[in-house]
Amino acid sequence: MKWVEVIVSFILTLSFLSFPSCGFQSDELLVDDEEFGLEGAPQHRSPEPIPTRSPPVTSPTRKRHSDLDSDSKIQFSLDHAFGDSDFSPAGTFSARLKTWSHGGQNLLESDDFYRIRLPSNVLSPPGRDFIISSVKARCLPRESLDEHFVIHMEGVNVLAVNYGSPGSCPYPRNLKLPAKWSFSSHTVLKNSEQAPRAPVFTEEILGGENAEGEVVQPAERSFWAKYWMYLIPLGLIVMNAVTQAMNMPEEQATGQVPAQGQPSAGAVQRGPSSAVRRR
Amino acid sequence: MAIRSFLILFILFFFSSLNPILSLYEDQVGLVDWHQQYLGKVKQAVFHTHKTGRKRVVVSTEENVVASLDLRQGEIFWRHVLGSNDVIDGIDIALGKCHYPFIRRKYFESMESSRWADGVGIFSSGSKALKIITNLKIEKDNIVIIFSNGRLNAVSCIDGEVLWEKDFEGESLKVQQVIQPPGSNLIYVVGFVSSSLFEMYQINALNGELLKHESAAFSGGFLGEVSPVFSETVVALDSTGLILLTISFQNGKISFHQTPISNLVKDSFGPAKIITSSVTGIFAIKMNAVTIVIRVKDESKLEVVEKTNHETSISDALSISEGQQAFALVQHASHEIHLRVKLAHNWDDNLLKESVKMDQHRGLVHKVYINNYIRTDKSYGFRALIVMEDHSLLLLQQGEIVWSREDGLASIIDVTTSELPVERDGVSVAKVEHNLFEWLKGHMLKLKGTLMLASPQDVAAIQSMRLKNSEKSKMTRDHNGFRKLLIVLTRAGKLFALHTGDGHIVWSYLLQSLQKSKVCQHPIGLNLYKWQVPHHHAMDENPSVLVIGKCGPSSDAPGALSFVDTYTGKELSSLSLVHSVAQVIPLPYTDSTEQCLHLLIDADKHAHLYPKTPEAISTFEREFSNIYWYSVEDDNGIIKGHALRGKCTGEVADEVCFDTRELWSIVFPSESEKIIAIVTRKLNEVVHTQAKVIADQEVMYKYISRNLLFVATVALKGSVEIGSVTPEESWLVAYLIDTVTGRILHRVTHHGSQGPVHAVFSENWVVYHYFNLKAHRYEMSVIEIYDQSRADNKDVWKLVLGKHNLTSPISLYSRPDVITKSQSYFFTHSVKAIAVTSTTKGITSKQLLIGTIGDQVLALDKRFLDPRRTVNPTQAEKEEGIIPLTDSLPIIPQSYVTHALRVEGLRGIITVPAKLESTTLVFAHGVDLFFTQLAPSRTYDSLTDDFNYALLLITIVALLAAIFVTWTLSERKELQENWR
Repeated sequence: MKWVEVIVSFILTLSFLSFPSCGFQSDELLVDDEEFGLEGAPQHRSPEPIPTRSPPVTSPTRKRHSDLDSDSKIQFSLDHAFGDSDFSPAGTFSARLKTWSHGGQNLLESDDFYRIRLPSNVLSPPGRDFIISSVKARCLPRESLDEHFVIHMEGVNVLAVNYGSPGSCPYPRNLKLPAKWSFSSHTVLKNSEQAPRAPVFTEEILGGENAEGEVVQPAERSFWAKYWMYLIPLGLIVMNAVTQAMNMPEEQATGQVPAQGQPSAGAVQRGPSSAVRRR
Repeated sequence: MAIRSFLILFILFFFSSLNPILSLYEDQVGLVDWHQQYLGKVKQAVFHTHKTGRKRVVVSTEENVVASLDLRQGEIFWRHVLGSNDVIDGIDIALGKCHYPFIRRKYFESMESSRWADGVGIFSSGSKALKIITNLKIEKDNIVIIFSNGRLNAVSCIDGEVLWEKDFEGESLKVQQVIQPPGSNLIYVVGFVSSSLFEMYQINALNGELLKHESAAFSGGFLGEVSPVFSETVVALDSTGLILLTISFQNGKISFHQTPISNLVKDSFGPAKIITSSVTGIFAIKMNAVTIVIRVKDESKLEVVEKTNHETSISDALSISEGQQAFALVQHASHEIHLRVKLAHNWDDNLLKESVKMDQHRGLVHKVYINNYIRTDKSYGFRALIVMEDHSLLLLQQGEIVWSREDGLASIIDVTTSELPVERDGVSVAKVEHNLFEWLKGHMLKLKGTLMLASPQDVAAIQSMRLKNSEKSKMTRDHNGFRKLLIVLTRAGKLFALHTGDGHIVWSYLLQSLQKSKVCQHPIGLNLYKWQVPHHHAMDENPSVLVIGKCGPSSDAPGALSFVDTYTGKELSSLSLVHSVAQVIPLPYTDSTEQCLHLLIDADKHAHLYPKTPEAISTFEREFSNIYWYSVEDDNGIIKGHALRGKCTGEVADEVCFDTRELWSIVFPSESEKIIAIVTRKLNEVVHTQAKVIADQEVMYKYISRNLLFVATVALKGSVEIGSVTPEESWLVAYLIDTVTGRILHRVTHHGSQGPVHAVFSENWVVYHYFNLKAHRYEMSVIEIYDQSRADNKDVWKLVLGKHNLTSPISLYSRPDVITKSQSYFFTHSVKAIAVTSTTKGITSKQLLIGTIGDQVLALDKRFLDPRRTVNPTQAEKEEGIIPLTDSLPIIPQSYVTHALRVEGLRGIITVPAKLESTTLVFAHGVDLFFTQLAPSRTYDSLTDDFNYALLLITIVALLAAIFVTWTLSERKELQENWR
């Protein structure tokens, strides 16, 4: 019985996972979670189902950034815009509460851009300018509206934000309305990597020279490179001659056998040719 | 048996030919490459014809070249290319009375040493009022008086020592002229203080002692420059530009005399401008298009001697005998120019009057320099060196053009290529060897050469035959695609078509839209694009190029378009735009006449589509939502992504105007990062394989996207010269950015590094060059980017059953899953430009072409810049071609593409694929031009030029004969056998 239960739940999860457009998606999400150490699965992030046309309810604050460093404590204000409309505040970064209750469906139908913006400086917003990022609206809906932020930081400055769906967004973007009009977000903060240093060899100078030496080719072309066009015909002639020479003694040998036996003209005639064929 | 031995032979042959040749043989120089030397627009010229021997002219140019030209042929005798920081302000021959070779050397030494004497003071840029006076003598030493940057210096010719100096900088004096009355040791320095005060200094030239200092105020103020008319009189304009002022300072007494221009000419044409010349008693003013030559009679009386609508240039005075000065006047009349040489005190008579027929595509005469010589009949003859609007240089003598130089080619702005016409009847074809006998003779000679039987004369004959091969300069398309037209746009606004075979100019055209006119005072040529590339109609339609220019340096200056036929060099049409041109995006779509669609973005972020045909618009609207582009605000440190929104709204209801919107932005912190390099992939680059098989049979998929952008930023402090910051306060950040979504795919910081950054982007890798302050060396880094989302497609069964995602369309809106590999290597040279070879199908391995600081082009195999190099590569890796890791990149002397030549002032390297996959065409330009063919993996798909067809033919004939003989022999033998 227990066994059956396991199987049923397994099938259920499978169907859940494969329900959104393509099979790769679940993979991607898993990788994402592993990679960036986000807590919780997407399902946990939207605890209560919000109906499509519901007024914006203050859903419980979702934690969506990692506790990796002190930067994560900072709150940004996040604005959004539908297509060409002006930016309107969408909540602060650490707790995004707004839903797509207005304009969302239109946006999905026209497959227009959903744009967001952040201040470029977290301490003195908006900094020099707003950082804008956008995505085609039909990339977002899955179970709920899944979004994925990668925020590139440099000190207190936000350099850029990569906004989009957490997984793939295959090209013919089909219209699909989400079950829940709320966002479930994944956020990653990224800082610059250090470049690998140029390798420094102090003792292996000799080895290095050898490596270079391999590449420096002798300026003179080899004998073959120069004279192949003469040598190949020559070789062919030689081979031809050799085969001729090999044929002759055998021909003589085969030719002599019938001559010694029966002095029939027909046998003599056929003798050598059949011998050749047999060889 | 036979087959086996044949196989062995074949394999032997195959291995023997595997060693690649990186360099040329000595006798191959000039076969496929050509090199042309230029000077740039001449700023100043001094004739050097005093002594017997070869006559020369020394010129200085806007490209900072000092050169000596042979007056007979116009060939370069010697040439020095100074850096862009060494602007030449003036030249003069200092030691005219010395022995010639000595002069030349001394001339340079005095210049150089005086520059050393006070650091950078004397020959630094930006000082217009530079003046050199050379005919002074102290004891046996000649001295040179140099005025520049508000300072007067006397320099000894012997050792370049500064004898005395006088500084005018502290006195807020704007020095206008430095005058030396002939035959005296006095120097007058005149100038203005605060635009209404005229000042005069009288200085003893021998010791720098200030003799007199006078000043006088003029309430009307001054405008522009002054022109000296006598040794103690100058002419200036008042601030309105309507009144001429004659200022004389005889005996230290300054007096003004005003003459309204309307008194001289009845119909005035608005404010005038003085054309300075050094001719005694004569000066010229220009009002709009009218030039008026005025003679000054005793101090204050002015008299108009000529008024003309033609463009006029006046040369400096040339003293031909005691107290006599001659000068030249060149006037432009539609198809010819009129040259007149007159004596300064005698306007009415001409010493010389000539008319020279002039090609209209040279534009107007900008400058003229004259020189005299003694004719065979002992009278004076004159020759004139003229600089034209297209920057070409011509020597006129006896009413003819003795020689001309196309020096506009020293300042190329943009290059594109065009195919030649398809070969058919009626198309001009250069003479080829029609004669079979000639052909056989040539091949017999080659045969002799191959069999080492040739005598030295034969060798010379073979070499000249190869060099003069008329095949390569034919005016038709060839099978291998080696023959093309290089269309170049020069700074003067002239288009040239150069033949890739030997570099000759096929046609040239001075673009009217890029010429100074009433509506457009400072036209600037921007770019060249392919406008029409006929493939289907290649037989009956000519390709054309689009030239984009704008009016003036400001960002909102209106643009100008011209369409030029690349076969005939005729302008098909031209357009003056109402909008500005900030960006040009060549779209990958064509209309039915095979015109390429171009999107022009103006300064107000509107997009304009060209051509403006309904068909183009409908094509464009189909792809409307797939068009994205980015813009860079360099000084702001912001990169923005854009897409189209819809038809323009507002006052301009234009069918081809579209509104745009901002999709993403990246804001670099202004206090810590500054953009110094931006590189994208070439639009027409072809990538052959998407996957790369690495050593252990693994497959890595290249992340190939046309929308990748490489950006390099440096710390604000690090954006200055190398050596002025410490490694701690300087860093360099490299970014790979997707330009559709604005995603930063990769970001890496190099601490202790700084610019300048030169980079090249190709396929899935970028190579960039910068300076490492910690290691005190230049470095080159490589970043390769691979797609992980397709990495699962390794399973053969998946591929067989079609369960892979390789064919599904890729959307950039999917979250990218990429990995990067990078490595840095030391590189010895600093770099002026980097390019990469490109071939038709992208199969041939790549080479980096590095323009070194020595103005040469170095070919470096991309394999050296492989991030996967390890110290001890495994056997499998070695087979793959991985080179053991070294800390620096090797510079192999044989791999200089330019071999012994130098492309002076190298600015750019352009690679164009030939039709033959193995070969790429390389064009390097700077002050010089250089062109060659490169085969990065050797010419594996064609026989070399010197392949001996005759020998092959003879071999085949011999073989056939041998077969025939052996066949008959065997027949006969068989017959005998049968009869036995």
